[in-house]
Amino acid sequence: MTRSFTRKLALGAIVLGATLAACAKKEEAPPAPAAAPVAKVEPLKAAFVYVGPVGDSGWSFSHDLGRKNALAKFGDKVTTTFVEKVPEGPDAERVIRDLVAQGNKVVFATSFGFMDAMVKVAKDHPDVYFEHATGYKTADNLRVYEARFYEGAYLAGVVAGKMTKTNTLGFVASFPIPEVLRNINAFTLGAQSVNPKVKTRVVWINSWFDPPKETEAAQSLMNQGADVLLQNTDSTAVLQAAERNGKFAFGWDSDMSAFAPKAHLGSVALNWTVYYEKSFGEILEKSWKPEVTKWGVKEGMLDFVKPAAFLPEDTKKAVETAREGLKTGTVAVFKGPVVDNTGKEVLAKDVVADDAWKGAINFYVKGVEGKVPSGK
Amino acid sequence: MIRLDVRQVPSLRMSVLSPIIALAVTVAAGGVLFLALGKDPVRVLSMFLVEPFNGVRALTELGLKCTPLILCALGLGLCFRSNVWNIGAEGQFLMGAIAGGGLALWVTNASAALSPWVFFPLVVVAGAAGGAAWAAIVALLRDRFNANEILVSLMLVYVADLFLSWLVFGPWKDPLGFNFPQTVQFAAATEIPRFVRGMRLHWGFAFALVAAVLMWLFMFRTHRGIQLQIGGPAPAAARYAGFSSRAAIWTTLLISGALAGIAGAFEVTGPMGQLTPHVASGYGFTAIIVAFVGRLHPLGAVLGSVVLSAFVIGGQLAQSRVGLPASVSGVFQGMLLLALLGCDTLIHHRPRLARWTWRAAP
Repeated sequence: MTRSFTRKLALGAIVLGATLAACAKKEEAPPAPAAAPVAKVEPLKAAFVYVGPVGDSGWSFSHDLGRKNALAKFGDKVTTTFVEKVPEGPDAERVIRDLVAQGNKVVFATSFGFMDAMVKVAKDHPDVYFEHATGYKTADNLRVYEARFYEGAYLAGVVAGKMTKTNTLGFVASFPIPEVLRNINAFTLGAQSVNPKVKTRVVWINSWFDPPKETEAAQSLMNQGADVLLQNTDSTAVLQAAERNGKFAFGWDSDMSAFAPKAHLGSVALNWTVYYEKSFGEILEKSWKPEVTKWGVKEGMLDFVKPAAFLPEDTKKAVETAREGLKTGTVAVFKGPVVDNTGKEVLAKDVVADDAWKGAINFYVKGVEGKVPSGK
Repeated sequence: MIRLDVRQVPSLRMSVLSPIIALAVTVAAGGVLFLALGKDPVRVLSMFLVEPFNGVRALTELGLKCTPLILCALGLGLCFRSNVWNIGAEGQFLMGAIAGGGLALWVTNASAALSPWVFFPLVVVAGAAGGAAWAAIVALLRDRFNANEILVSLMLVYVADLFLSWLVFGPWKDPLGFNFPQTVQFAAATEIPRFVRGMRLHWGFAFALVAAVLMWLFMFRTHRGIQLQIGGPAPAAARYAGFSSRAAIWTTLLISGALAGIAGAFEVTGPMGQLTPHVASGYGFTAIIVAFVGRLHPLGAVLGSVVLSAFVIGGQLAQSRVGLPASVSGVFQGMLLLALLGCDTLIHHRPRLARWTWRAAP
């Protein structure tokens, strides 16, 4: 979590080359339409606040793809700006306030740690729409949205369960919050649905984006016998570590197939476009309402994409079946009986977990080794 | 090949001009960089040099950002002048935040009816105690076992960070917070009084400025302060004069720890209003740079904090207003530091072109 300034500088220097190249291509919001022929319509000004760099190939990148797509779809009806690498502390409030002061009519903040800053600024600006990804606090002009990420983790689990030779999977985890625990459990349950012998080992790195730490964690999991890895972090480091070691892994957040042609089994890719299109559409049509959006494979907010060409036929079929099941509702990731890794039943037979249950997950399911940090 | 010879008498005029020259060099180089990126250099530069100071709200935000940096850098300046290399201000900041936050949490849970003006001094004491206690570990290990304070203070940053994580993921977690790692929002009574309603700048800023003046008095107008500073560059002379190096270790570490701790306590009871895993935002590390940019002088710490804060804020403004990538802001900040250090070196050293000579090993 600690990001020293000096490290930022060092990173900055390394990234300079890449950025210089990227900047040349970086498109900016299209200029406001000059004197439209009929009536001059002010475009909707939208701003995005990202926790990571847009070039992380992961979380922030996927949101930025959504932004660009929405921009392309709505053309001159909207303009967008974004601020990247915003720390989840007091800085966020200043950045958001400033975006509002610049006349943005909707602000999307895409990390949990921006929640209370959003609440505070939303209170002072009732005429501006606020959209917060992965939070839970809402107001008349503040609503939340998130992806049912665990469905993607489940699908990756199905592939992992089929592909593992050691029956040991590895998970590089960020913070022990319910969302991440859900993903670890869903990954394991997915694998167990095709291979009951599977065990999952977890390494926590206490960061969302830290390529060296992610690499280290991946290496230590592989040293412990894990041969298929998944991560809940935002870089391509785990995938690349697997590639170097001749093991398998998945892309997370976005299609990462290009980073590891031999190790990449598929990517759990987010598609925020569907949501941003909905949101922009509702604001433009003045039908925006505060609500809670949780979308998954069914709504297209996330999917298992680019399954590796070398996957055996039955593996391809298994993941496709599960995917269709999630779409039609015949497959539920958390459906009883679910037993935690101390042997206690946490979900009775045939009961399908509701959102409250999923929001309070604080345990590992059977098959995951170890103990949840600071868990009971 | 270029050789650097030490100048016998560094020019006073140049010493004063140095930061201005450095700024000019940075602005020129930055202008070229922004031009190469296809941005309007004047507009981008104004994001860093004008916008952070433009208007009341901008100034209050700048003050808010400066406050923790000033407090941390003041203590570090004292340490470094005294040859005590405390680079763990971040950890002391965190322990102060935990102490101040813990106190606020206790008041919140007890629903005690308290005036914020009563709470303000309490939170200062709590933060100072937390930070000083953490620094005391460094002092003790250095004093007793001669353990390297650079390593110990740095390692304790990670310990403090994990301790905070443990608290917010565990015993201090908001029971109604859907299992997310953060405490409840602190009660209004625990908020540090603000200068103006609706602005986030709080009285901690005034505290930091007063602390800078007191630090100046201590450093340059008290016997103890002079002692410490002699101990820095000339430990042998200090020992000869009977100044205790043990006392120097304890005094400097406790003072700087306390100041960093107060900064942390202000941060959580000021703009944050709760404890989260994201309290550590690098102020303790940035303050090291601030301390050196400010020539380890209390007044310099204030100015250095203003410059660094303006660059951080400016970097974010440049992103949203002119589409400058965050990493380029980082490069620009790095250029300023490089220019400052370069100017400093050249004022104290004379560069000379020397002929390359192969020299046999003696």
